[in-house]
Amino acid sequence: MLRFALRRLALVVPTFIGVTLIAFALIHFIPGDPVENLSGERGMDPARRARLLHEFGLDRPLPVQYADYVGHVLRGDLGASLTTHQPVLDEFLALFPATLELAFFAMVFAVVLGLPAGMLAAQKRNTLADYAVMGASLAGYSMPIFWWALLLILTFSVQLGWTPVSGRIAVEYDVPVVTGFMLVDTLRAGDFAAFRSAVSHLVLPAIVLGTIPLAVIARMTRSSMLEVLREDYIRAARAKGLSVMAVTIVHALRNALIPVITVIGLQVGLLLSGAILTETIFSWPGIGNWLIHGVQSRDYPVVQGGILLVAALVIGVNLVVDLLYGIVNPRIRHG
Amino acid sequence: MADATVASDGTGAEPLDAVPSRARAFIASYAQNRGAVAGLVLVVLLILCAAFADVIAPHPPNLQYRDVTLAPPAWADGGSWRFPLGTDPVGRDMLSRLIHGTRLSLAIGLVSVAISLSLGVLLGLLAGFFRGLLDTVIMRAMDVMLALPSLLLAIAVVAILGPGLVNAMYAIAIVLLPHYVRLTRAAVIAESGRDYVTASRIAGAGNARLMFDTILPNCAAPLIVQATLGFSNAILDAAALGFLGLGAQPPTPEWGSMLASALEFIQRAPWVVTYPGLAILVTVLAFNLMGDGLRDALDPKLRR
Repeated sequence: MLRFALRRLALVVPTFIGVTLIAFALIHFIPGDPVENLSGERGMDPARRARLLHEFGLDRPLPVQYADYVGHVLRGDLGASLTTHQPVLDEFLALFPATLELAFFAMVFAVVLGLPAGMLAAQKRNTLADYAVMGASLAGYSMPIFWWALLLILTFSVQLGWTPVSGRIAVEYDVPVVTGFMLVDTLRAGDFAAFRSAVSHLVLPAIVLGTIPLAVIARMTRSSMLEVLREDYIRAARAKGLSVMAVTIVHALRNALIPVITVIGLQVGLLLSGAILTETIFSWPGIGNWLIHGVQSRDYPVVQGGILLVAALVIGVNLVVDLLYGIVNPRIRHG
Repeated sequence: MADATVASDGTGAEPLDAVPSRARAFIASYAQNRGAVAGLVLVVLLILCAAFADVIAPHPPNLQYRDVTLAPPAWADGGSWRFPLGTDPVGRDMLSRLIHGTRLSLAIGLVSVAISLSLGVLLGLLAGFFRGLLDTVIMRAMDVMLALPSLLLAIAVVAILGPGLVNAMYAIAIVLLPHYVRLTRAAVIAESGRDYVTASRIAGAGNARLMFDTILPNCAAPLIVQATLGFSNAILDAAALGFLGLGAQPPTPEWGSMLASALEFIQRAPWVVTYPGLAILVTVLAFNLMGDGLRDALDPKLRR
């Protein structure tokens, strides 16, 4: 297991180096250099320009600049935002809990609905229930989620008035930020009205972000379940006189879950892609929204740092999923 | 693939259709899948729509009827059949813009998949055929690309190249690339050890011939499936980029950017938001249905 873990870990290093290369290159591929972007429309006299280039270290050879960049990254220094002048890492860490909270509940929504739906479809194979689950799952998988979000807002926020249109909590509540997770912070403060407000703000974005994972999980559960239900030990359990329900939940689900858990782990990248769109639409103050603002306002340190941090996150989660999978399934270790 | 020619050896022991040819088996299997057939029909309709957009569309896509802005669809109160799906905030016919949008969406899918597929197949062939250092370098590079969420990678590329329809196509081609490289490499590695490859090599075939002529055709099945699914990914991502203002720019009738530019009217005129989204959903669904059907029909292991 240790050898497997080390081998897997060794693969992460070049990937991470590659990501720093992309993030570094991003700034250098952009038309015009950062100094030019700073000067704006008016232009800048050559002497000042040369001085600024020197100040930013942009007149040095590229490999030196890259080494310098990596040195800073390793010390946790990702530069400062051009618009807020705050360190990029601080901004990321301040906004990340909002994205994590949203992604967590999106995943809860997807798993809580997706597992039973997939099991039902497998159990009632080729019936109306199966077709309904598979049809809905295919539609969910093909859904442009920004449009789905608008439809839900139009129905539940505008017409029915059940949920707020955007944000994390109504403005009248002032909850001290302790964990950054709104639901936790409001409960800590003992403010139940604020908690209710936070929940109502969370519902629609979580459903929107959870829709594609829900579709994937339902499909995966169904096919994994169908495979397991064919096994001899399932027939043996049925022959023993156990009910369909008991066999499905006790015997089949446990084994069917292994590929499903992997799929859930691999949804992280997808979730972050979705978070960019979901947060933009619901004005959710998370890293997706932050990144899009960074791109739109040409705040390159934010874009560069954000890409690096998100990639590091995805690499980290995939590593953990792989290691867990190695523990659960010994065959993987020796592959 | 080795059994492909069994049916046509003409020994006459059995009638020809008793041993179905590979193609016939494929068609039969595909036709059994109702969803796949529906997907194919939809895709054909969409292609026709795109090809004859100028003929079908009742109005030019960018012509503004300033006196009938935000006209509702024909069946709603105050709607008329002059504008069957209503008009947008500047009085352009929604239906005509949607029809012309088909052309753009299919073009985005076609161009990005074509770029991605050809580059991906080439890199995958090189990695799988030569292995060694080249393989390592190519595959690590693909790992890096896979570490970035697809939309974020596309956004990064657009941040470098600048927003626009063509740059969005390049961005999406880059996003799709790792999947084709991985698939091709895996298929090439699986095929390389087969006897027919060894036989071909002994017969004197050079590396290029072995790669492109001998091995590649036998790796086609998973690539065809992935390319079809790539279409749906490309259309979704392009619409998302358009929606974020990073893809096609106004007044281009691209579905995602149509949606974005009508956002503020969503309460007063829901149709300006509803129909472009529906068009995206139906198109993506059609390609996904077709891709699933192709996979089931091409890969007997996955056939239910």
